Amino acid sequence: MRALLLGTLALLLPAPAFAAALEGEAQRQPINWVAIAMFVGFVGLTLWITKAAAARTRTASDFYTAGGGITGFQNGLAMAGDYMSAASFLGISAQIFTDGYDGLIYSTGFLVGWPILLFLMAERLRNLGRFTFADVASYRFAQPPVRSFAAVSTLLVVSFYLVAQMVGAGQLIKLLFGLPYAAAVVIVGGLMMLYVLFGGMRATTWVQIIKAVLLLGGASFMALMVLAQTGFSLETLFARAVEVRTQAALANGESAVDAAASGRAIMAPGGFIKDPVSAISFGLALMLGTAGLPHILMRFFTVPDAKEARKSVLWATGWIGYFYILTFIIGFGAILLVGTNAAYLDGEGALRGGGNMAAIHLAHAIGGNAFLGFISAVAFATILAVVAGLTLSAASAVSHDLYATVFRHGQASSADELRVSRLTTLALGALAVLLGLVFEQQNVAFMVSLAFALAASGNFPVLILSLLWSGCTTRGAAWGGTIGLLTAFILTLLSPAVWTATFGLGAAPFPYSSAAIISVPAGFLAIWLISLADRSPRAALDKAGYPAQRVRAETGLGAFAASDH
Amino acid sequence: MIRQDQEALVAAVAADPRYVALVARRARLDWTLSAIIFTAFVGYLLLIAFDPALLATPIGAGVTSLGIPLGLGLILLAIALTGFYVRQANRHHDAQMAAILNDAMAQGRGA
Repeated sequence: MRALLLGTLALLLPAPAFAAALEGEAQRQPINWVAIAMFVGFVGLTLWITKAAAARTRTASDFYTAGGGITGFQNGLAMAGDYMSAASFLGISAQIFTDGYDGLIYSTGFLVGWPILLFLMAERLRNLGRFTFADVASYRFAQPPVRSFAAVSTLLVVSFYLVAQMVGAGQLIKLLFGLPYAAAVVIVGGLMMLYVLFGGMRATTWVQIIKAVLLLGGASFMALMVLAQTGFSLETLFARAVEVRTQAALANGESAVDAAASGRAIMAPGGFIKDPVSAISFGLALMLGTAGLPHILMRFFTVPDAKEARKSVLWATGWIGYFYILTFIIGFGAILLVGTNAAYLDGEGALRGGGNMAAIHLAHAIGGNAFLGFISAVAFATILAVVAGLTLSAASAVSHDLYATVFRHGQASSADELRVSRLTTLALGALAVLLGLVFEQQNVAFMVSLAFALAASGNFPVLILSLLWSGCTTRGAAWGGTIGLLTAFILTLLSPAVWTATFGLGAAPFPYSSAAIISVPAGFLAIWLISLADRSPRAALDKAGYPAQRVRAETGLGAFAASDH
Repeated sequence: MIRQDQEALVAAVAADPRYVALVARRARLDWTLSAIIFTAFVGYLLLIAFDPALLATPIGAGVTSLGIPLGLGLILLAIALTGFYVRQANRHHDAQMAAILNDAMAQGRGA
């Protein structure tokens, strides 16, 4: 079974930078029994935890927030587990293997949203909210319009992110484990449903924590072994990588001067940033989108108070930043240890198994079959942890925001809400598997960058202005946020990644790689203008509610504690 | 009744000049730190877009380019700024806020 693989992992990440690393075919690998055994071990452990968590998941609060009793340290690890995707690990290390420096630009973009999330939102979110970020966004507003906006936005962001993860998971598992694509998608969908359905947030949190520890442990070991080869000197690592590339260029018949320049190219920014507008736009989407991702925001309600909420971000930022530094070392290590070993290359000098295999081959070069199996199992576990978090946040948006608040006007019992969450989880799991199968042959690389752009243009402006601007009104938040979302959505459809690369419609009407540079200001501006123009009686109530909201947001007075949560 | 108590408490806190000053101080810190990381990241992107040759310049006699410490430095800056914020909050802001809340509650009980 051979399938054209358009960016196994680029599927999980925004498009442009991965083009180079991910072109070409990748074939199904022989069945890897060590990897399967280790993965079965992981699944056994997590299902056992799910069973234990299920016994303690009785109320909506247990389901959504694990009862609010997670510590800042645990939550920080779980956030890192929620955020570090297989794409970050395999995709970015593969990009560094191919292009060198450019991979680092990506890593920084994925990290810089976390401090902003901490400085402007984390504690206020925890003080005002209970289960979902919509609790916070709609705190002083008329509930139905703002909740509906937040729920729709959550469903959109999660759906695009989820489809990209499912397709990426299917391709990746085919690659690593030698399982058929459809089997891989069904396994991921099925396990994710079991975790969320029975274990709710408690099981999801532990799956994410275990995955984070395994991934950080595995990556640390790889980076350590790479550095051991170069006497723990980064300069030596880089010098040897440049030397490898120079020799390769010489072997290709380049002149000595050209070959030296080719070798040095991995030390400098290359093709990633084509024009300044795209660069800034893409950077904005990554930075502000991080602070608007519903599955990340939801994690703030699992800790007891604002103090633990800010601790979570410090831990998360630390672990994620550390992880990207490891990825950087791993990518350069692959140039040394994988790029020079004919066993990992095909006839044309490309990586066997496809562009994303750099870190996987490196694992083999370092620790043989056993470590290769371990890293493959970790990559699978990584996908499971990410999709479980996504599904839980979408289920909460449907049951807590749409069902309990909008349709039942806050009169739904905890048991009813829980039942709707579980039904939604089932429906979402089935839908995710179905879409994963439908999109197998499609290039869905744009979907993750779309998810980030939507989160940055809808959720982020609504949260910031409802938290920090007294003049924001119901109409401004609901309609302004919708305008931000729509702008991001339409411009993404008109951008090269979708218009040209996916649908083949020729030159794209919107020439930049991300919509954010237009859609984020559009969201803010729309909320501001609509709120200013809003003279309705409701607007007066909205503004009058600000001082009390502000005191609660700043002090935590009246915030939901772990017990009544 | 509980609701009224809560409202009185909120009003007492909001009227406390120490509260107003603390919130203003925190807001200044929030926006300053946000501006630092935002500017650093956008500046980094602009540098890559407009002067990639500068980032390619080797440091000293080695091969390590100027871009490496800048990129890794940005990662470390993000961690350092979150650490600084958490330290300020733990060392100063929490205690100051707790004192304001305590006084407001004592005042509520006295009345």
